[in-house]
Amino acid sequence: MWPIIRAENLSKRYRIGERVVYHTLRESLMRTATAPSRWLAGRAARRAANTGQASAEQYVTALDDVSFEVQPGEVLGIIGRNGAGKSTLLKILSRITDPTQGQVELYGRVGSLLEVGTGFHPELTGRDNIFLSGAILGMRRAEIARKFDEIVAFAEVERFIDTPVKRYSSGMYVRLAFAVAAHLEPEILLVDEVLAVGDAAFQKRCLGKMGDVARDGRTVLFVSHNMASIESLCRSCMIVRGGRIEAIGAPAAMVARYMTSELIRDHGARDLLTHPGRTRRSTVLMKRVRVRSGSDGVDGGAKMGAGLAVEVTFAAPTPIRPILAVTIKTAHGAPIFGVSNRWTRQGYDQAPVSEGVISCNFARLPLMPGTYMLDLYLGDFGDQTRDLDIIVDAVALEIFPADIFGTGMIPRPMDGPVFCDASWSLASAGPAH
Amino acid sequence: MDEKETGLMVMDAAEATPRMAPAGAATGAAAPAGAVEVRPTPVLVIRSGRKWMGFELPDLWAHRDLFYFLAWRDVKVRYQQTVLGVAWAVLQPLLTMVIFTVLFGRLAHVPSDGEPYAIFSYAGLLPWNFFNTAVGNSSNSLVGNANLITKVYFPRLVIPGAAVGAALVDFLIAAVILFLMMMGYGVAFTPRLLMFPVLTILTTVVALGVGMWMSALNVKFRDVRYALPFALQVCMFVTPIIYPVSFVPAGWRWLLQLNPLTGIIEGFRDAIFGRPFDWPALALAAVVSAGLLIYAAYVFRRMELEFADII
Repeated sequence: MWPIIRAENLSKRYRIGERVVYHTLRESLMRTATAPSRWLAGRAARRAANTGQASAEQYVTALDDVSFEVQPGEVLGIIGRNGAGKSTLLKILSRITDPTQGQVELYGRVGSLLEVGTGFHPELTGRDNIFLSGAILGMRRAEIARKFDEIVAFAEVERFIDTPVKRYSSGMYVRLAFAVAAHLEPEILLVDEVLAVGDAAFQKRCLGKMGDVARDGRTVLFVSHNMASIESLCRSCMIVRGGRIEAIGAPAAMVARYMTSELIRDHGARDLLTHPGRTRRSTVLMKRVRVRSGSDGVDGGAKMGAGLAVEVTFAAPTPIRPILAVTIKTAHGAPIFGVSNRWTRQGYDQAPVSEGVISCNFARLPLMPGTYMLDLYLGDFGDQTRDLDIIVDAVALEIFPADIFGTGMIPRPMDGPVFCDASWSLASAGPAH
Repeated sequence: MDEKETGLMVMDAAEATPRMAPAGAATGAAAPAGAVEVRPTPVLVIRSGRKWMGFELPDLWAHRDLFYFLAWRDVKVRYQQTVLGVAWAVLQPLLTMVIFTVLFGRLAHVPSDGEPYAIFSYAGLLPWNFFNTAVGNSSNSLVGNANLITKVYFPRLVIPGAAVGAALVDFLIAAVILFLMMMGYGVAFTPRLLMFPVLTILTTVVALGVGMWMSALNVKFRDVRYALPFALQVCMFVTPIIYPVSFVPAGWRWLLQLNPLTGIIEGFRDAIFGRPFDWPALALAAVVSAGLLIYAAYVFRRMELEFADII
């Protein structure tokens, strides 16, 4: 089968500051004015100046010599850290920006969904925005009109369709925006982390809709930080690291590899200042998290049954009496259990502090071997109605197998993610011999 | 990769092989004996180092619905939450005309080729206001729609184009007042008025040319935002809006005629007052306008490649 996407040696470099500093007319005029003197200064000098300008420090390489092919009907997940080059890759494929080197051949029409609500105008009604946003995403007017009822039904905004979207709740807004995009029918669909918004039920419907898209035989490239959706949606998965493709393979294997490598990189400690999992209403108060095992001193991991400390460094503008809640989840995002000093009232009577490290200590963590994710929550005993800072999937935790019972036997993983101590007694019912 | 890539074609083989592989790996796995697959033509090839890729008019035409909706959005949003709404499109040139008539017509006695000064100045203000609004709006249109440019692809020309389109709607509404005034002042409708649509198109071409040029420059040089209003103000005085071309000494008229708006506005007046057209002046205006549009489109298309990176 001929691939539907063929990328060869794609690179993208940005000049440092290119996105921030605007060129001023004066700067350009000066350069134009000094051009003759520079020209007179001779070729050698000019060459030196040029190489000086093009020196490596002046550029950031967002994508570095990337080649790959995608077959028609493929659903390819793309995972990687922030800044790894995932979004740049999608921007090149969707023609928003040109590569610095290399080329892409596309054997189908491309539709991209890099943001929810692209082109939505707050003053316009839901109806108007469906047409506007549809047209921006590349739909023809007749096509939008044909799908209009379906879009409205999918978004569940029938009653508000003639209300300006600035009066919509954020949930309604996101639903409508995604509904329009979900009805695009390109042969190649590029999706960038848009499912991170919206309530859980709607996210599930979006995933279902994207599943339909994939079953129709369309090709989907899907960037996400949500490992569970990568595994459930995609047929293959690409890890991008430092602008290069690190690996391509089956989603489960790639997710496991990625999470393990992230763990090694972070050594169980992670900077939380710019964490992608921070919820929208959070204030940045949690600065850093460190996960370490009490007994063996392994950062980011623990042996089965070993103790574990989760240490969160925080700084608040006004002193707080911190509440820390930790939720431990499977790699797929299903919660297993959570703990919080809100319930135990530890630290309730302490004097407020504006900076510090709050630790949560598990004497014996009853988790089976595998990778787990931690959600972190920071609150204040002083004002328990407010959630200060919430970070989903804040840090990963690896549990290594261990001979916990001293018998050489390990519980079976298929019994679930948790193991538990138990004791057995036998009461004989018959006569003893 | 080889032109005649083969293999991985038989269904079973395709199922058995990983469906995705880095390009290099796929090449290695290919080329057993068998059917030679005809290489399909890509729908699109994205290359690095493109400098000039033509005007791509078919692509622009394919996005005509987007052009319509963007213009429609601009019109609709502009008068949202205003009490007078679209009446503003009429009020702006009308009030300016009243002020000009009192100031220049009555007090300063600026000549108006013997026509009623009110209609004379309105005939100049109508296309001028269109040009002014169109250029002003479209010069800020790319920067104002930065969120679109960094998130979705479409021919960027659509954006300043739609801004001019929205201004054209205002122009057409304000033109109705012109015809009402003509009736009020008893100015006869002559067949020369049939040139009105042609002159409108010419004005649109000038507005589009200057507008898209400025919009592209504004992406890179934000100075445009401050320099342009001033330049437009100066431009208004070197365009015969408050005075007729005949007001200028004959030796200097050619300089005035280089401004395409001069020929166009005088053309509007000829059409309205049923005077014979100054065809050489109109032809010059048409040539300059067309040249301006082509040059602006060229500059725009060249700069367009880096819009998303620098906006």
